[in-house]
Amino acid sequence: MRFLFKTTYLQDIRLVKHGGQAFWYGLLLIVLLAAPWTASEYWLAQLTFVLIYSVVGLGLMLLSGFTGLFSLGHAAFLGVGAYTEAYLASRGWPFPLSFAAAALLAAATGVVVGLPALRVKGIYLAIATLAFSFIVGEVFSRWESVTGGNAGAHLTAPTAFGWKIDDDTSFYFVCLAVTVLATLAVLNLLRSPTGRAFVAIRDSEISAQSMGIHLARYKTLSFAISAALAGLGGALYAHKLKFISPDQFDILQSIDLILMIVVGGIGSVHGAFLGAVFLITMPQVIALAKDLLPAVIGQAPGLQGTVYGLVLIAFVLFEPLGLYGRWLKVRTYLQIFPFYRKGMFKRQKSFLKSDRLK
Amino acid sequence: MQALQILIGGIAQGCIYGLIALGLVLIYKTTETVSFAHGELMMLGAFAGFACMSLLGWPFWLSMLVAVVGMGLFGVALERVVIRPILGQPAFTLVMLTIGIGYVARGLVTMIPAIGTETHTMPVPYKDQTWNVGGLVLNVEQMVVIAATVVLSAALFALFRYSRVGIAMQASSQNQLAAYYMGIPVKRLNGLVWGLAAAVAAIAGVLLAPITFVYANMGFIGLKAIPAAVVGGFGSLPGAIVGGLVIGVVEALSGFYLPEGFKDIAPYVVVLVMLVVKPNGLFGDKLRKKV
Repeated sequence: MRFLFKTTYLQDIRLVKHGGQAFWYGLLLIVLLAAPWTASEYWLAQLTFVLIYSVVGLGLMLLSGFTGLFSLGHAAFLGVGAYTEAYLASRGWPFPLSFAAAALLAAATGVVVGLPALRVKGIYLAIATLAFSFIVGEVFSRWESVTGGNAGAHLTAPTAFGWKIDDDTSFYFVCLAVTVLATLAVLNLLRSPTGRAFVAIRDSEISAQSMGIHLARYKTLSFAISAALAGLGGALYAHKLKFISPDQFDILQSIDLILMIVVGGIGSVHGAFLGAVFLITMPQVIALAKDLLPAVIGQAPGLQGTVYGLVLIAFVLFEPLGLYGRWLKVRTYLQIFPFYRKGMFKRQKSFLKSDRLK
Repeated sequence: MQALQILIGGIAQGCIYGLIALGLVLIYKTTETVSFAHGELMMLGAFAGFACMSLLGWPFWLSMLVAVVGMGLFGVALERVVIRPILGQPAFTLVMLTIGIGYVARGLVTMIPAIGTETHTMPVPYKDQTWNVGGLVLNVEQMVVIAATVVLSAALFALFRYSRVGIAMQASSQNQLAAYYMGIPVKRLNGLVWGLAAAVAAIAGVLLAPITFVYANMGFIGLKAIPAAVVGGFGSLPGAIVGGLVIGVVEALSGFYLPEGFKDIAPYVVVLVMLVVKPNGLFGDKLRKKV
């Protein structure tokens, strides 16, 4: 067992809590840096996708997991970032500028979506974000002069002041750099007063208000930051796929993003990464398992949807803390062996109390 | 005259949204859950009716009855197996669960060889008939939808207002613990409500099938029923129908008068306006947030 004896406030809010964490995360960083030379081309591409989805997942985790504002329409911000990048890159803007513009435009869209959030709560917010994502998706389809409509938009490799990032390895390093910076930014945000305000809003809005937290400002800020992260992910996504069309950013993509953070573990930064790994590896696992199943099940077109649905239901029913929660339980078991008791992380049984007045 | 024609088409479409929204409001009134799986339940009901009529060759009324009763039992079983363990959890968890149920339903239907991936027509007895009233040409399929909606909503309203079961359902939605104390069998009621909602969705599916044909992605029509329920107010059964009518009429009129593309987003613009102006919907109750 490890005991952390904290003597100063700064030590309490350190990002790296102890030597063990420094060792393991350093090792992870080294493995990721060496990936282009140790992994095959296919797995490098998958790893790039994991990094891209992690950035988007970080944004959605910040919004839904840490501020408690559930958004069923996050694919719209992904699309805004992707289309901004496509439009500006084809006009010849250098990559850092178009990247920043994608993030800013997505953040502006996030603010627009977040404005009704100040008036509506809970499930109504989810429905409002759903409605927004449909409207934004329709705008993508109809605004043909900018987005190319349903025919889609093509992209070339990102260029910046003379460099052309046209091979997989350099693009992978760009994604890795963006992911690392985004993670550090989010972790830093969460240990700052703003981050704590977000968590306070999630736990109890009225209490947060009585502590002097300006709800409108922080909710809008949360929407803006999470949309900006999704926009960054969208810009990278556009460059990776080299072709984007409006139907890649529909409600199914939004549900995939939510699936990612629910399975990864709501309320933890690790959850975004674990969820992204899950989202990218699940199709591979299904493809591998297809050959083992009888042909009637294995070759059917609806298999992937069914498996996704079953996994989502299983996680919601049996493991609400997600993959990260399961890892926490395993780690606690190993850390305090043999004193682990079965009910340590048990959910409270609660009765339904209506939100309605009468 | 043409406007009237479009209006009637819009009303018929709105009645479909209203029927699905009825099921949504039923579930919300009793368990305060918003079910995103209702479109898929409607699709399953349509497929069940199609299977009875085309594969087994049964007459229309028998198929409809079997489909409705079958879906009702399916709804009860669904509640027992999947929903009951996590009732009482925050709303988001339940929404995720119903989204998962929708995925599984859609995937399973698509997996059925040869039937799941095709679009089918349902050979109903009143297919392709029209009435000529005045100068209007009324589609009998749409008239049947409107009539069924009126009958169903009146029946459900009476159930909730005047019968003991209905009052017990309302009680268990307002304060579950107090309902337990009063001896109301809350769990059994939840199962009953899910069964009832699934049966209503099955009726909607069977009635919709002649108009939009039977295919696996039918459930996405249910996504427009959620704006209908929001517009009407989640806690109100007549509100669901009114909300559905509003959405249907707005959609039909915007399809005709506004440029292309507005038809698809019209329901969502309406729901956004509603959420900003009157968040509780036209007939809904006031919400308060617990500290």
